[in-house]
Amino acid sequence: MTIPAAPVAAPTGEVDIKSPMIGTLYRSPSPEAAPYVDVGTEVGAETVVCIIEAMKVMNEIKAEVKGVVTQILVENGKPVEFGQPLFKVRPT
Amino acid sequence: MFEKVLVANRGEIAVRIIRACKELNIRTVAVYSEVDANSMHVQMADEAICIGKAASSESYLRIDRIISAAEIADVDAIHPGYGFLSENSHFAEVCESCNIRFIGPSPRAMNALSDKAVSRALAKKAGVETPPGSEGTVDNEKDALANAKRIGYPVMIKAVAGGGGRGMRIAHNDISLVKGYHTARSEAEKCFGNSGVYIEKFIENPHHIEIQILGDNKGKIIHLGERDCSVQRRNQKLIEEAPSPLLEYKFKKLRDKIGKAAIRIAEAAHYTNAGTVEFIVDDQGNYYFLEVNKRIQVEHPVTEEVTGVDLVRAQLEIAMGEPLKYSQSDIQLKGHAIECRINAEDPFGDFRPSPGRIEMYYQPGGRGVRMDTHAYAGYTIPPTYDSMIGKLIVKGGDRRVAIDRMNRALNEFLITGIKTTISFQQAIMQDPNFRRGVYSTNFVEQLLGGARRELIEEKT
Repeated sequence: MTIPAAPVAAPTGEVDIKSPMIGTLYRSPSPEAAPYVDVGTEVGAETVVCIIEAMKVMNEIKAEVKGVVTQILVENGKPVEFGQPLFKVRPT
Repeated sequence: MFEKVLVANRGEIAVRIIRACKELNIRTVAVYSEVDANSMHVQMADEAICIGKAASSESYLRIDRIISAAEIADVDAIHPGYGFLSENSHFAEVCESCNIRFIGPSPRAMNALSDKAVSRALAKKAGVETPPGSEGTVDNEKDALANAKRIGYPVMIKAVAGGGGRGMRIAHNDISLVKGYHTARSEAEKCFGNSGVYIEKFIENPHHIEIQILGDNKGKIIHLGERDCSVQRRNQKLIEEAPSPLLEYKFKKLRDKIGKAAIRIAEAAHYTNAGTVEFIVDDQGNYYFLEVNKRIQVEHPVTEEVTGVDLVRAQLEIAMGEPLKYSQSDIQLKGHAIECRINAEDPFGDFRPSPGRIEMYYQPGGRGVRMDTHAYAGYTIPPTYDSMIGKLIVKGGDRRVAIDRMNRALNEFLITGIKTTISFQQAIMQDPNFRRGVYSTNFVEQLLGGARRELIEEKT
């Protein structure tokens, strides 16, 4: 299931990818796999950046912006709320 | 015992619920929309989770987000407050299926009283009179006219899923009936997503008398006396009191009769937790069942003040499986309590909502004064929700003391930056008919129509 996240321009010229829902954030598709993105990863609008799990449903969160990930703002397995900034991206 | 409760509401009732939880050493989780980030309930709770944008449909009505928040916070129960999802049986069912206790009536009780038409039928079976009306919903104009003719004008067209005074129209003849029928249906569709309406006899000079009930999970139900909520503007309550002056001064024996009728209806619905059974009483003391409000109500404090029972605490205890610790004989009404709903509205501007930033705020105090509010100096009232910013409740040894105390308290109240209904409510406290206890639901309309404006001092 994919849900769009709406990026908002941060003062530094970077944009935040914000959480569109409430749940538990996972950085990888599965515990053994590598994270979807890291600092330096190039992303496009359709790139899945993380999973947010709510009520046993895994939701793939897309970047919705083209650029390079500059900061990871959340830890794997932590709860996130609506509107919470998850990643910073420098648009290209 | 609950360790953690999520409060699925906002404003003054969220504050009320959080206070009751704190007194029971239960940790609290607030949910809030983006515009409520600085709201009092968010500051007071132990944890707070943002659940969406300002619109209720994007936040406080989002079952999925509230349940997600309940999951990540690992709560034992959810208190829905009033309005929003409090009478949504689907929400109650989702909670139960997620192993989260819903603090309110069971889904079964909610379904037995699912809408006003169904509740009327249940009341009839329980041997309680309802106002003459249509059997079930009225689905076309022809039926509406036929029903109105049978019942006899004047009649009331009411939304089956209605609440808060919306989706209601009075008709005195065929022309206003047809007009009212269509506008009530579209208002109902817009506000409640259900355009079903029914038609009922409109009782002249009606008194709105409601009975507070509490039921535990073992089937024991008691009533806690009545509240009189006849002071309304456009079917929205402005002032409530307990006990009712109509019952106290004129029909003392009715309290017991109406109370027992309320219990019969609640038992027929297998009702649990807190609820309110509404009646219409006419000047001759005839009473008719209207509907059951399956939630804690805005005006619950006046019952608390005259009975000494903490109703929200009782809700939590019942939800935790405790048996009711009161029997009917334990409930006595002592003294008199009055509540004024303080709304951010301009009484000189047709009660237009007045959202904005509260600059100065000093709330009244002293003996017998209680203020249930989320307002504070510097708080910005968002325009997205209803205009009530708090409730001022006073208690006195008798009705005269309570009225004078309310007048004193309203006069002390200082709020700048927004307009409020305070000056209007003061005018009501000084009105001779209100003071005599002689009023019905057309009281406010008559007051506004009369030359009483000079009594209303503008509060800046």
